Amino acid sequence: MTLDAKIPSGPVAEKWEKHKFEMKLVNPANKRKYHVIVVGSGLAGASAAATMSELGYQVSCFCYQDSPRRAHSIAAQGGINAAKNYRNDGDSVWRLFYDTVKGGDFRAREANVYRLAQVSVDIIDQCVAQGVPFAREYGGLLANRSFGGAQVSRTFYARGQTGQQLLIGAYQALEKEIAAGGVKMYSRHEMVELVLVNGVARGVIVRDMVTGEIQSHAADAVVLATGGYGNVFYLSTNAKGCNVTATYRAHKKGAFFANPCYTQIHPTCIPVKGDYQSKLTLMSESLRNDGRVWVPKRKEDCAKAPGDIPEQDRDYYLERKYPSFGNLSPRDIASRAAKEACDDGRGVGPGGLGVYLDFADAIKRLGAKAIEERYGNLFEMYERITDENPYKVPMRIYPAVHYTMGGLWVDYNLQSTIPGLHVIGEANFSDHGANRLGASALMQGLADGYFILPYTIGNYLAQAKLEKVTTEHAEFVAAREAVAQRTTRLLNIKGTRTVDSFHRELGKIMWDKCGMARDRAGLEWAIKRIPELRAEFWENVNVPGSASELNQSLEKAGRVADFLEFGELMCRDALHREESCGGHFRTEYQEEGEAKRNDDAFAYVAAWEFAGEGKAPTLHKEALEFENVHLATRSYK
Amino acid sequence: MNLTLRVWRQAGPAAAGAMREYRAEGISPDMSFLEMLDVVNEGLIAKGDEPIAFDHDCREGICGMCGMMINGAAHGPQRLTTACQLHMRSFSDGETITIEPWRATAFPVLKDLVVDRSAFDRIIQAGGFISAPTGSAVDGNAIPIPKLDADDAMDAAACIGCGACVAACPNASASLFTAAKISHLGSLPQGQPERSRRALAMVAQMDLESFGGCSLFGECMEACPKGISIDTINTMHRDFLFASATKRDVKEWSGGA
Repeated sequence: MTLDAKIPSGPVAEKWEKHKFEMKLVNPANKRKYHVIVVGSGLAGASAAATMSELGYQVSCFCYQDSPRRAHSIAAQGGINAAKNYRNDGDSVWRLFYDTVKGGDFRAREANVYRLAQVSVDIIDQCVAQGVPFAREYGGLLANRSFGGAQVSRTFYARGQTGQQLLIGAYQALEKEIAAGGVKMYSRHEMVELVLVNGVARGVIVRDMVTGEIQSHAADAVVLATGGYGNVFYLSTNAKGCNVTATYRAHKKGAFFANPCYTQIHPTCIPVKGDYQSKLTLMSESLRNDGRVWVPKRKEDCAKAPGDIPEQDRDYYLERKYPSFGNLSPRDIASRAAKEACDDGRGVGPGGLGVYLDFADAIKRLGAKAIEERYGNLFEMYERITDENPYKVPMRIYPAVHYTMGGLWVDYNLQSTIPGLHVIGEANFSDHGANRLGASALMQGLADGYFILPYTIGNYLAQAKLEKVTTEHAEFVAAREAVAQRTTRLLNIKGTRTVDSFHRELGKIMWDKCGMARDRAGLEWAIKRIPELRAEFWENVNVPGSASELNQSLEKAGRVADFLEFGELMCRDALHREESCGGHFRTEYQEEGEAKRNDDAFAYVAAWEFAGEGKAPTLHKEALEFENVHLATRSYK
Repeated sequence: MNLTLRVWRQAGPAAAGAMREYRAEGISPDMSFLEMLDVVNEGLIAKGDEPIAFDHDCREGICGMCGMMINGAAHGPQRLTTACQLHMRSFSDGETITIEPWRATAFPVLKDLVVDRSAFDRIIQAGGFISAPTGSAVDGNAIPIPKLDADDAMDAAACIGCGACVAACPNASASLFTAAKISHLGSLPQGQPERSRRALAMVAQMDLESFGGCSLFGECMEACPKGISIDTINTMHRDFLFASATKRDVKEWSGGA
C-alpha cells in the first residue's frame, strides 16, 4: 500500500480554499440520515461532535469520564495561538505556519500546518462567541502574551486555565446539541474495539464502565479524538485515565501509526518525590520568563541548601550554553540540558533529579508583589505539593512527559488508512512534526474539530456508498466475542502482581531507554525486554473483581495490556530513526552536543503497519517536501 | 505515618453499604490523599480484597472528577483544595480518617466513593450555554468587553463541576453550581439574548433533579475548591425573578414561507 496524503494541488496558501470548494457536499435534508461516532470529548472530540450535530448529522459521542467536561484538554494552562496580529507586531498566517514547521524540526506536513495557521483566527472568534472569558485589556479588547519563545505576541489566554475555558466552551456547545437531540452522549463508556465491515470503519465496541455491559454501536463513520499516549511512561503530566487503547486497537485493525517515537518532554514539572508517585504536575512554561535555571558547579555542593551556595559556585547552564535564548530556550533543548546537568551528578533534591528555578533576582528587581501578580497561583500550587515556599527558596523542577506528537497517520482530510476512520486532535500525527510549540495543542484540537473535520467528513459520506449495517452483522458479533474473551482471560489469570506494578515497570523501561535521550543499545534492550514483561503480565497479573460491575482494576488492565504492546512499537520507531530531531534525541547523532538531523535519509513520516501478533511491524514512508519553508538547522545559541 | 481509615464500601447502586476499617501504614507526609489511597488499594489487591473505587483523573485539581467527604468535609480540611491536591501532611500520625462519598439524593452512589453526577450535565443542557453555531462568529475584537466584566465572568467560570457545593450543603442544593454558570454567561454581552431563558430553564432543571433549595447557609462557598463566590447565587435569584416577571411566550405562528 502506498500512502497518499491527498494534498490538494496549487500554492500552499490556496489549497484549503480550493479543496473546500472541490469537496462534495451532503444535501441538508440528507445529513440526518448519516450517523457518526465520535470517541473522546476533549477539545477535538467535543467541538467536532457539536459542530457535526449543528450541521444536521446524527452523532454518538463516548467518553470514559463521568462527564465530557473532564477530558484532559482541561489541564492546559498557558494559552492558544492564533495569527490575529492584534498586536501589530508582524504576525501573519505565514509566520505562524513558518514557526510551526521550523519548531517541529521539519518533520510535519506543510499543507496541514498552513491550514492550521489559517483557521487559527476563526477559532478565537468562535470561542469568544461562545462566552469563553479570554483575558481582556482595559479598553475591552483581547489581551495577548508571548509564549514559548515566540517572537510575536499571538497567544490568547484565560488566566492560567485556558484549556479549561476552551473545553468548557466546547462542552457547552456539545450539551446544547445533546439537548437538541443531535448528539447522544455516552459518559463512562470506554471504546475497546473498532469494527470494520468490508475494510471500512463502521462502528465500535464499548464497555459500559458502570454495568460492565459490552455494547455495539454501528455508524457511517468513526472519529477518534482520544488524545495522546504519554501514559506509556506511567509517570507523565497526563490524566490518570489517558490511554492508547482506542488508537492502538484501530492500529491493530489496519490504521497505520505514524512517528510514535515523537514525544514531548516538558522542562518545568515538579520533580518525583517517591515510589508512590502517581503523576507529575506541570508548572507553566511562563515561569521561565522570570526564573533563572541553575545547578551547583560542583557535585559536592548539591546537598547544601541553595542559599548557602554563593553566586560564583552556581552554573546558570541555559544562559551559559544558549546566550541568545537563555532561560527561554525551546522545550526540547531546555529539557535535555537539565538531564545533562543531572547525569553529570549536579542535580538537586531527592535522587539528584532536579534543577533550581530561581526567582530571587526577579523578586529583587520587581518586588515580591509583582511576582505574586504574575505567578501567584502557580507558586501556591507548588507550595501545596512540595511544602516549600518558592518566594524564599528556589523551585526545584525536572522534565516530564507532556504531549505526544506521534499518532495515527491521517491524510489531508484527517482520514486514517482505514476508510471511514477519521482521527483528530492529539490522537493524530499531522501538525507538530517532531516537536510541538507552546500554545499549539489547543489550536490544533479546535481547528480539527470545529473547522476541518466537519467539512472533510461530509466529503467522505457524500461519496462513500455505504451499505446498511446493523450490530448483528458477523463482524460486530466477532468483535464482541473477542472483547469478551480478552476480558475473561484478564480476570482469570489471578496472578500475584497488580496492574500498576506492571505499568510502573514498563514506564521505567520507556523513560530510561526511550525518554529524553535514546541510543541503539538501550532501544534494542527495551525491544527485547518489553515482550518479556508483556508475557509475564499475561501470566501473572492479578485483576480482582468481575466483568459485570464497575471495576477500575479491569479498566486499567485493558489499557496497560495495550501499552505493553505499544511501548515496543515506540522503541522500534525510535531505533529506526537514526537521527536526532525535535523531541527525538539519539545520542549517536549530535554535533557539539546539539541534535543532528539527517534530512537526506529521514525527511519522511514513518507510518507503521501492524503485521500480526508477535511480528515486527511494516514500515511505510511518506516523503515530506518543503516547498515553502526551507530546510535549515535550528539554532538557539 | 500510620493511619486508620474508615471508608464507605458499597458494592453497587442497589447494594447496602457500610463503613469498613483499614490500616494505612508507612504513609509519607508528601503523598497526596489519592496516592495514599493508591497505596492502600495495592495492599488490598495483594490480600485478595477488592480495592476501594474512587473517581479521579487529572490529579492536578482542574478536571473536577475527584471528590469525597474527608472527616466530614468536602475535599478534606484544606481550603481551596481538591482531594487530589490535598497532601498527607495535613493529617497527623495515628489519626483516624473517615472517608465517604458525596451525600445527596441527586448524586446516587455507583460504587464505594463513586457517585453519579450526570444531573450537573442536564442542568447545563437546560440552558448553560450561548447558542453560537460554528462559523457564525464575528471577529473576537468586534465585541469589546470591559476588563472587569471579563474578570467577573472568569471568576464564575472557574467552577470545575466537582459537586463539593452540593455535598457540603445541608439542603444538598446545586445553587452554587447553577449560579456560577448563570453568572459566567450573564456577565458577558454575548450571553444577554438568552439570559432570561437560561435562568428559568436551569433553575427548573435543578429543581427537577431533586436538589434542595438554597437557604444561604454559605457552606458551599467554604467547600468550593475554586472559591466561587456566593454572590453568584444573588445574581441567579435576580435573573430568575426578572425573567419570571417579564416572561414572554414563543409565538406559535412564527415561521412559514
